[in-house]
Amino acid sequence: MGYPHKSHPRETPVLSKHFGDPKARELETWKSFGGYRALQQALAMEPTAIQDVVKASGLRGRGGAGFPTGLKWSFMKLGDGKPHYLCCNADESEPGTFKDREIMRWTPHALIEGCAIGAHAIGAETCFIYIRGEFSEPIAVMERALAEARAAGIIGKNAMGSGKTVDVWVHKGAGAYICGEETALMNSIEGKRGNPRIKPPFPAVAGLFGMPTTINNVETLAAVPHILNNGAEWYKAMCTASPKSTGSKLFSVCGNVARPGNYEVVMGFPFKEFLYDLCGGPPPGRKFKAIIPGGSSVPVITIEEAEQVKMDYEGFLEYGTMLGSGGVIIFDDAQSMPRQLARLARFYAHESCAQCTQCREGTAWMTKILERIVAGQGTFEDLDTIFELAENMTGKTICVLSDSCAAPVTSGIQRFRHEFEALISGKRSSSVAVAGAL
Amino acid sequence: MTAPMVNLTIEGRAVAVPAGTTILEAAKVAGVLVPHYCYHPGLPVAGVCRMCLVEVEKMPKLAPSCATTVGEGQVVHVYSEKALEARKGVLELLLINHPLDCPICDQSGECELQDYTFAEGRADSRYREPKRFNPVEDFGGDVMYVPNRCILCTRCVRFMDDLAHDEALCVQERGDRASIGKATEKDLTHPWAANVVDLCPVGALLSKDFLNKARAWELDRTASVCPNCAQGCNTIVETRDNVVMRFKPRTNTEVNQYFLCDEGRLDYRWLNRADRATQPMIDGVLADWEEAIHAAARLAKGATVRLVANASLSNEALYLLKRAFGPGVITVRTGAEAPLPGASDLALRADRAANATGAEWMGYRRVSAPLEGLGAGDVLVIADHDLTGVSAEAVSRAKAVIVIGTQVPAAVTAPNVVLPIANMAEEEGTFTNLRGRVQRFLQAKAAPGMARPSWFVLADLATQLGQPAVHFTAGAVFDALAKAEGAFAGLSYDTVALKGKLAAGATAGARA
Repeated sequence: MGYPHKSHPRETPVLSKHFGDPKARELETWKSFGGYRALQQALAMEPTAIQDVVKASGLRGRGGAGFPTGLKWSFMKLGDGKPHYLCCNADESEPGTFKDREIMRWTPHALIEGCAIGAHAIGAETCFIYIRGEFSEPIAVMERALAEARAAGIIGKNAMGSGKTVDVWVHKGAGAYICGEETALMNSIEGKRGNPRIKPPFPAVAGLFGMPTTINNVETLAAVPHILNNGAEWYKAMCTASPKSTGSKLFSVCGNVARPGNYEVVMGFPFKEFLYDLCGGPPPGRKFKAIIPGGSSVPVITIEEAEQVKMDYEGFLEYGTMLGSGGVIIFDDAQSMPRQLARLARFYAHESCAQCTQCREGTAWMTKILERIVAGQGTFEDLDTIFELAENMTGKTICVLSDSCAAPVTSGIQRFRHEFEALISGKRSSSVAVAGAL
Repeated sequence: MTAPMVNLTIEGRAVAVPAGTTILEAAKVAGVLVPHYCYHPGLPVAGVCRMCLVEVEKMPKLAPSCATTVGEGQVVHVYSEKALEARKGVLELLLINHPLDCPICDQSGECELQDYTFAEGRADSRYREPKRFNPVEDFGGDVMYVPNRCILCTRCVRFMDDLAHDEALCVQERGDRASIGKATEKDLTHPWAANVVDLCPVGALLSKDFLNKARAWELDRTASVCPNCAQGCNTIVETRDNVVMRFKPRTNTEVNQYFLCDEGRLDYRWLNRADRATQPMIDGVLADWEEAIHAAARLAKGATVRLVANASLSNEALYLLKRAFGPGVITVRTGAEAPLPGASDLALRADRAANATGAEWMGYRRVSAPLEGLGAGDVLVIADHDLTGVSAEAVSRAKAVIVIGTQVPAAVTAPNVVLPIANMAEEEGTFTNLRGRVQRFLQAKAAPGMARPSWFVLADLATQLGQPAVHFTAGAVFDALAKAEGAFAGLSYDTVALKGKLAAGATAGARA
């Protein structure tokens, strides 16, 4: 079932099957759906056996980077005598992305089960779910569900009678985008300023409180129970294009589109059909112009490019962009790309943690140039400056926030240069269909 | 256990360094300075300024050399086009919000932003937007903050957190709005807080004491030792026109690392006092040096001498005084000890004197009432002691008073002989710190009037008193002292050099 719209027949609802059903939040109902069977099974398994199943399923991180989950888990050195931690990254702050919110709102027990299995699979007894502070409803739902699960003996000491300790806690963020970066997230849980850490050491060696830690996205962990229940082969079979991308994926669709919302499709789904059939195409009288397909950090592509894309990790890469978090931001022909990109850059300038020079100064400078261009005060040299600045902001900092600001802007100028040039030379962009869009 | 050695090539120079060394430190060994801001050898690595990016062959991205450890066979390029381009970019970005007010900035001339921009930066800026502005803030203590000049390297924050263990500073706000802020209800009142001024690579943290006093390039710099407590922190005495303008810490990882306490660094004005003894005198009348030495010798010869010495006199002066008169007494002003907790064995010491250890090794007695039991027929020799707390009446019990010092103490109303000497900034010599480390200080300025170095005056005087001490340099006096005094055995002025040497008399458990 989709939410808020009805599920489309071409969707493959695995994670989103119970979206919109308030009953699904309750433990008893969830159990009647087969909930916590996978955890029961997992607690009787060796951690490495769970890792192997997840490895075989081909599950990759759904937070943006797409790192193979089972492989990530195998980096945790089991039996080293240290406490291990699992952090569930629910700081979903990427503009355009709102899939984790819905997982937590409607199927909190799916996440708790995934967290508990993940924790056991990496030799951890504690999992922190780091939820962004603005998610007041998901936080309340998660805390209620955790209390239920704890009372029922599903998590805690002797989880499900297994003799093993698996506990899950909610940690609230305080409103910083950068805390979704995994090392900043750990700093935030530790009570420190949410600044990304230098790697190495990698979290699997020294993470939360200096101990071996794995950080997984909400959607990643929520998929794990399904893999254990149905088998790696079942998950792996959900693949229609690149064999390296398997399973179902939630896409959050927003912007100028007839039916915004979350859609779950199998990897490799044709983007064109996704946009026009599932999402209902552009608003009446409009045409799609540009798309940022993986959350605001990935390069923007034209609708012509988008229509060729197969929706998986490799498919988006082929067109110079990324699957990212699956936050599809759609711009129609009434939008001014310079204005949209200036707005996006402003977001990154606001959220830069201020550690690295290139990011702290670069994101703000980029924003000021773009806003000046939008205000009709730009010059052609400004466009060259933006590209040189973007080069300077890419691949040189501790985390990728700086890169994430540069990527949509440079890709946007490359693809919509005429709109920038029109503004600079004092004309309204001919491709912006609605007067006053600026 | 020593770490195995790793071989690598930096800018074409082969070096071998212990495993775990950073590329930046290895480059120093190779004689290559990688430009950097946030890195400081005395602080934890932050890796945030991104200035020290270097190209390492077979690495996909430029590596922050402060946070990247060496690998066997690595080939590092510090001055490749890619690395230079990256640093140029950092410099441009650091300058977009920087006020370029070098002509009125105290840091000018010793500013790393200025230096590296000159060396590697762009000649112009492409920045056309308004600059960010934040007002100047008093951080408390001796420190003021000029946020517009700040490059957010966080050295100051890390010093307060990790060395001072006083989390008084933090980065506030995000993005280009960020600046250094004081934590709620905190001030920079930690006794070592002023080190943040030295650590600041730009003109963002300034000393209120030094504010607008001198330009860095006008200052003459002399290696010295802080005379204000028994720790013996290594310093640089900075002078202009024969006036001491400030003390700065001089790196010595065995003693003070890179640091100097606030009390020590700010207590330098006495070296510039104008009310000095500048002329040899006999009974209130100007005399020439030879007469005055002879007069002093005549008074002391055969008499019972009470020698009251300043515990901050050099080893050389104390040795020659002992030869002339036998060991005397010292008084030591004390105060609260103030450690720098993040550094090992580093504190503003309770003994606020530079050389009590050296004096005591030579047999001087530490007393609280230096004139107690002074006999009516005694000759009182005051060796640069201010006689604080001693009355003129007590002094007048002495048959005669010889003052060998920078000043005539107030309690001495009618000195029989005055022999003016140089203060510690005006002569060279050695101190022995509380751990028994002998350290040299050099002459930073000229002595006033006819005042002479203490060792020079005292060598003459000892000779006149039948203790031949024919020395032509402070070093010769020290070498004689090392032969005569067991606690100093085996040392020489040359081997003590500028980093000091632990003496044989050092107590067990002292630092190597």
